[in-house]
Amino acid sequence: MPPLQIVFLVASAATLVSGLLVVVSRNLIHAALWLIVTLFMVAVLFVLLEAGFLATVQVVLYIGAIAIMIIFAVMLTRRVMKDPGPQTNKQWWLAALVSLAIFAALAAILFQVPWTVTNASVSPDSLTDLGKSLVDTNRFVLPFEVASVLLIAALIGSIVIAGGRD
Amino acid sequence: MVPLLWYLTLAAALFCVGLYGVLARRNAVAILMSIELMLNAVNINLVAFWRYLTPAAMNGQVFAIMVFVVAASEAAVGLALMISIYRRRQTVVAEEVDLMKW
Amino acid sequence: MPPLPPFDFNSPISWAGQAIVILLTGVGVPRDLAGAIATLLGVIVLASYGLTITLLLIWAERKLVGRLQDRLGPNRVGPYGLLQTIADAFKLFTKEDITPTGADVVVYNLAPLLSVVSVLLIWAVIPFASTVFGTNINVGVIYVVGVGGLGTLAIMMAGWSSNNKYALLGAFRTAAQLISYEVPMILALLVPVLLARSMGMNDIVKGQTVWYIVLAPIAGLIFFITSMAEVGRAPFDLLEAESEIVAGFHIEYTGLKFGMFFVGEFLHAFTISALAATLFFGGWRGPWTDQVPLLGVVYFFVKTAFAFFVVIWVRGSMPRIRIDHMLAFNWKFLTPVSLAAVVVTAVVDKLTPSSEWTRAGALFLANVILGAVVVWILAATARRQRMQEEGSRQEAKHAGPAQGAEAHAGAH
Repeated sequence: MPPLQIVFLVASAATLVSGLLVVVSRNLIHAALWLIVTLFMVAVLFVLLEAGFLATVQVVLYIGAIAIMIIFAVMLTRRVMKDPGPQTNKQWWLAALVSLAIFAALAAILFQVPWTVTNASVSPDSLTDLGKSLVDTNRFVLPFEVASVLLIAALIGSIVIAGGRD
Repeated sequence: MVPLLWYLTLAAALFCVGLYGVLARRNAVAILMSIELMLNAVNINLVAFWRYLTPAAMNGQVFAIMVFVVAASEAAVGLALMISIYRRRQTVVAEEVDLMKW
Repeated sequence: MPPLPPFDFNSPISWAGQAIVILLTGVGVPRDLAGAIATLLGVIVLASYGLTITLLLIWAERKLVGRLQDRLGPNRVGPYGLLQTIADAFKLFTKEDITPTGADVVVYNLAPLLSVVSVLLIWAVIPFASTVFGTNINVGVIYVVGVGGLGTLAIMMAGWSSNNKYALLGAFRTAAQLISYEVPMILALLVPVLLARSMGMNDIVKGQTVWYIVLAPIAGLIFFITSMAEVGRAPFDLLEAESEIVAGFHIEYTGLKFGMFFVGEFLHAFTISALAATLFFGGWRGPWTDQVPLLGVVYFFVKTAFAFFVVIWVRGSMPRIRIDHMLAFNWKFLTPVSLAAVVVTAVVDKLTPSSEWTRAGALFLANVILGAVVVWILAATARRQRMQEEGSRQEAKHAGPAQGAEAHAGAH
C-alpha cells in the first residue's frame, strides 16, 4: 500500500473517532477539544488533497477562532462545573437510526456512481490563481463581496445580540 | 494516489456523525459543534471534487472558502444568541428554550 | 555507495540533507524513508536549538531587567551568572509534581506541552539566511497566525483544567486579550504581504530591498505591539497578573510543567522579535549576503537581538495596563489604524510607479501623513473629553455648593 494511502487511512480514522467523541462526550469542554482534533485532522486531509492554503485557513479560522469561541461560550454558560443529567434527548435512538440510514443511502449511491477522475496535477501557482479569481469580475468577485457583507452582518448582529445592555 | 471514493465515504460518515449530534444532543453549544462537523464534511467533499475533477479551475476551493465564511458567521451569531439566552433563562438546553412553540 | 557531494559552504542545510539521504540509501534504506529521516533530523535540530537558546535568553532578560531596575541580576552561578538558568532548571526538576484535586488530568498535562510546541512550530518558517530555513511554504504568514492560535488554546486548556477560580479567570482574560489582539495583528501582517506580493517568509525577505519598516512604519509598530500582547508579557501580562489573579492560568502548575510555560513564554518573546526582524527589518539582508549567504545568519541574529532588547526594555519600563484600557486600546485604536494602514498601503502601492525608491518614498510619506492624522484625531478627541469633564466639574460646583460644603466639612 502506498504511504499516502496509509496516511489517509490514519487521518480519516482519527477524524471519525474524534468526530464521534464530539457528539458523545458528556463533558462539553472535552467535546470542544475533540472538535479541535477533528478540525485539525480535516486540515491534514486538505494537505493530502494539495490544498495547503485551505489547510492553514482551516487551522487559523476553525481552531484559532471558532473552537476557542466555542470553549469560551461553554465556560460562560455552564451552571456548575459538571453538567448533571443526560446529554442526549429522548429521541437519540431515532437520531442514530436516521443518521445510519442516511449514511447507508449515501454510501450506496457513492459506490454505484462511476467516478471519472482526471490525472491532472495541481499547478504550483494555484494559490495566486485562487487569489486572482476572487477579485476577477468575470469569476468570483460577487460571491466574495457577498461573503464580506455576510461577515459584517454577523459581526454587527452578534454584538447587538450579545452585548445589548437594556 | 488515494481514490476519490475514500474521501467521499469519509465525508459522508463525518456528515452523518454531525447529523446525529444535531438531532440527539440537548445542549445548544453541542448542537453548534455538530453543525461545524457537518460543514467540515461538506468542505472535504468540495476540496476532494476540486482536486480530482477540476484541479485547473478554482471553483472547489472558492466554494470551500465560502463555507468557511458561513461557518464563522454562524458560530459568531449562534454563540451570541446562546450567551443572550443564558443571561435571560439561565439555560442553554435546546428543549427548555421552547417559547416559540406555543 | 555514491560519493558525497562536495561540501557546499553557501547552503549547508541542503548539503547536510543530501548527505544524510545518500548515506542512508547507501546502507539499504528506501529513498522515501531516508528523506523522511533527514527531515525528522532537521526538525529535531531546529527544536533543540530553540530550546537551548532559551537558556541564554532567560539569562539575558534577567540581566537586562536587573540593569533597568538598577540592580545586578544573576551573578552567582558561573561567569556573569551564565549558568543560573541551568541551576533554576535543576531546582524546578526537583520540585514536587502536583496535580490539583478535580483537575482534568489529560488536558492539564497536555497544556504546557502545547504551549511550547506552538512556539517551536513558528521557527519552521523563519528564514535564518537565504539558504538556511526550515521550509518556505507559500502561506508562511497565515501559518504563523494559525500556530499562534494553538498557543491561545494551550493557555485556555491550562486555565480550565486546573479546577481553580483564578486559573479560570486567567483563561477568560486570555480569550478576551489574545483573540482581540489577533485582529490588528493579522491586518498589520497583511501590509508586508501586500508589499512583497507573497505570503512566503523568504519571499518577503527577498522583497525588502528597502526595509518594510521604512515602507510601512505604522504596520510595523502595530505588529510589534500586538505580538507583545500575544506573548502576554508586561505591559500586557493580564493573563498572569500577580496582584490581581495571583498567577492566572498557571497558578496550579509546579516543577517542570511550570517550567515549560516559562520556557514557552521566553521563547515566544524571542520568536516575535525574530518575526519582526524578518518581516520589517529585512531579515537576513545586509551587505555581502549575495557573495556569502551564511553572513545572513549573523545579520538576522543581530536584528533579532535588537528587537528582543526592545521587548525587554518595554517590559522593564511599562506598568501593567488595566483590562478595559487594554481592550479599548485594541478595538478603538489599533484596529481602525491598522485597517487604515492596509487601505493606504494598497492604494499608494498601486498608484506609484514601480521604481523602488519612488515607491518607498511615497509609502513612507503616506505613512507619515496617516500617523499625523491619527495623532491629530487623538488630540482632538482628548481635548473634547477634557472640555466635557471640566464643564461637568464646573456644573457640579455651581449646582451643589451645599453638598460641596458638606463634603468639605466631612473631610475635616
